[in-house]
Amino acid sequence: MSRTVLYRVALFVGLAVVAVVLLLPTFVRPAPSWLPWRQPVRLGLDLQGGTHLLYGVDIDQAIDRSVDRSMQDLERELRDAQIGASSVEMTGRIIHIRLANKDRRRDVESLVKDRFPGLVRATPSEGEGGDDDLAFTIEPREVQRLRENVREQALKIIRNRIDQFGVAEPTVQAQGNDEIVVQLPGIQDPQRAKELIGRTALLEFKLLAQGPQAGTVDKPGPGVQVLPGKSETGRRQSYLVERRTLMTGDVLTDARVSPGSATEGMAVEFVLDARGAKQFGQVTTTSVGRNLAIVLDGVVESAPVIREPITGGRGQITGRFDFAEAQDLANVLRNGALPAPLKLMEERTVGPSLGQDSIRNGILSFVVGSASVILFMVLYYRGGGLIADGALLMNVLLLVATFAAFGFTLSLPGIAGIVLTIGMAVDANVLILERIREELRLGKTPRAAIEAGYERAWYAIRDSNLTTFLSGLILFQFGTGPVRGFAITLCVGILTSLATGVFGTRVVYDMLTTRRRLTTVSL
Amino acid sequence: MATRPSQGAPAKEPVAHRFFELIPSGTQIDFVGLRFKMLVLSWALILIGLASVWMKGGLNYGIDFAGGTMVHVKFSQPTPISDIRGALSRPDLKEVVVQDVGKGGQEFQIRVLGAEHGGETAIADAIKTGLRERFGEGTYDVLRVETVGPKVGKDLWRNAALAVLASTLVMGAYIAFRFEFRFGVGAAIALIHDVLMTIGALSIANMEFDLTTVAALLTVVGYSVHDTVIVSDRIRENMKKMRRESFANIVNLSINETLSRTIITSGTAILVTAALFVLGGSVIHSFAFALLVGFIVGTYSSIYIASPIVLYLEGSSGKRR
Repeated sequence: MSRTVLYRVALFVGLAVVAVVLLLPTFVRPAPSWLPWRQPVRLGLDLQGGTHLLYGVDIDQAIDRSVDRSMQDLERELRDAQIGASSVEMTGRIIHIRLANKDRRRDVESLVKDRFPGLVRATPSEGEGGDDDLAFTIEPREVQRLRENVREQALKIIRNRIDQFGVAEPTVQAQGNDEIVVQLPGIQDPQRAKELIGRTALLEFKLLAQGPQAGTVDKPGPGVQVLPGKSETGRRQSYLVERRTLMTGDVLTDARVSPGSATEGMAVEFVLDARGAKQFGQVTTTSVGRNLAIVLDGVVESAPVIREPITGGRGQITGRFDFAEAQDLANVLRNGALPAPLKLMEERTVGPSLGQDSIRNGILSFVVGSASVILFMVLYYRGGGLIADGALLMNVLLLVATFAAFGFTLSLPGIAGIVLTIGMAVDANVLILERIREELRLGKTPRAAIEAGYERAWYAIRDSNLTTFLSGLILFQFGTGPVRGFAITLCVGILTSLATGVFGTRVVYDMLTTRRRLTTVSL
Repeated sequence: MATRPSQGAPAKEPVAHRFFELIPSGTQIDFVGLRFKMLVLSWALILIGLASVWMKGGLNYGIDFAGGTMVHVKFSQPTPISDIRGALSRPDLKEVVVQDVGKGGQEFQIRVLGAEHGGETAIADAIKTGLRERFGEGTYDVLRVETVGPKVGKDLWRNAALAVLASTLVMGAYIAFRFEFRFGVGAAIALIHDVLMTIGALSIANMEFDLTTVAALLTVVGYSVHDTVIVSDRIRENMKKMRRESFANIVNLSINETLSRTIITSGTAILVTAALFVLGGSVIHSFAFALLVGFIVGTYSSIYIASPIVLYLEGSSGKRR
């Protein structure tokens, strides 16, 4: 055997060994401890069961809010600089300032330039009425920056919340410009996860109203509002709370679950920053004996009595939480509010039994499909078919091993893609074998016919596989989830089938022809 | 690849080779002569398919496209579909479609279409409540729950159309670049033909049209061009070899020469998709169906649609050689 043939044989044998090692953890469980590779092939949600959530991030609203905040700041700055404005209004994302004195125009322009780098003058078509009218809008670059920031922040917060939710191998990914995909393997009832993700936490601390001016639930006194309490065992409680907010959750730096006491259940411990500690110290000093309501998104979570002044910046919330509730509350406190509203756009839940069915169906169609192709090839092309079949099996081995090696997710359409690859991969071999037959008919020796067969067939094989590969790439661009799994299988399958069906079989023929002079070829 | 010159000297006595063949070598079917009849037949079938789409008021959209909610349940006993419909006639559910998936009357897909019924779980909860009240816990298994809001469906439409169009154009452009411009035109028209034909078949068979069906259409586009490449490659090769022959004869000869390969490779591809269609389960039923139809049509179109168009363009652009 010549050197180059030997090298190529060694290459394929090596590839096969690597592939088997990569696949062992998938098929042998538990994987033997001596294996260097322990990662089984990742199964998609459609195969292992679980929940897929697609959220839309309302980035435009976040931008609107940002413009609104700028307007309020600008109004205040104008007042501080004693520039009289008869009106400051917002239409869409354009802030209109109508000056009382048009001579101060320059002052406003320089003020905006200094203090509001995110604002630029609106184009004339967007309407500046006259000399006393100025219009500003948000800078396009700033919009872009906000877009990216908001999405990243939302992604980070969701990721944090999901990580602490305690599910094995969750996926949180951005998709497109303003979408976030959350995948929770093994979760059938995503209610708690959804609540955790969707929560826009606004945490406020307020005092419960007391004394005669508090009024009643039906007729609250001045400066007092009625807030619902957390429902416990079906009973709802209403609280009379002073409207004034003492502090909000943004002064919180940390929150965690602590064991609490037997009667009170789990507690949530929180830590405040310096400003918060000072505020909290004042409030608790002046209001010992009163109830402090902890209001989360307009619902009184808990209203503990202030037993003593808390000046150290550390406190505890108790409210008959069980562990999960306490943990969720701690998450909400810690991760803060989402920067933009989220909207659930898509929810897909696959039960575990369907996943099992799908795997079984996939394997069954794989076995039946490939067995019939393999049988056909042997019957039709005999020896040549046998070699092609060997390449086919090697192809499947490499294809699935690629999934294990790169951590691609195998979905049901992905399995269909493998089955399909079997059907399409023989194409290259059929082209070559038909070509060899034609060359033999022309009277060439087997060796020459094989040579010519591979050479002539190559162009058609290259072009036809390239086009399928291109359509696979387009499919990948278009699809999400399982469809992407299919696209990946299609593309990887083309590469592995070229490697095995064209180069691999060639090695076998080279081996056969260099060993002995072939006088006949089994086709 | 094999670029070394052939080493074996030509055999002194031509060996009589006997191969097991489906299509005997030297077969001469007059494909080119049949092209007008086939053209009429093809487009007539497409028209029937499109008429079916039109008469049914669109395809049988899954919730991927239409938005809405789908609950896939499996009963432990065969259950009459009317019982399920009965269980779901509730004031909080409207226009519920119940479909037997074909597993001996045990598996059903319950759909409430319409974007306003998607993205939220209220409908799914109502369906689950209805089933629980009528059949009781434990007599059935909820296999799948999906709900899709309005924005997703709208985006999907645009993306799907764009993807199919883009891949058709890319394929055409690639063929035009590799071969000649008219081959590209022929390939692109053949692809449009395949996609339309498959969509028509999906409509007539009342198969669900969802995300994976679009994936199947794109695969059909990629696969169908596969065949077209093989035939075009042979036409090009024969054009160099036989400069005297008329173009129509070259096309016909090339199709005949590659016929065996076309039948076999399409055959194996169709074999595996048939396995997927029969054994793959309800989740990929319409996906496998679209592949199956698309592959059959794609094979046919590379013979009867793509090549005759190349021939026609040859005729209209005047004698090139």
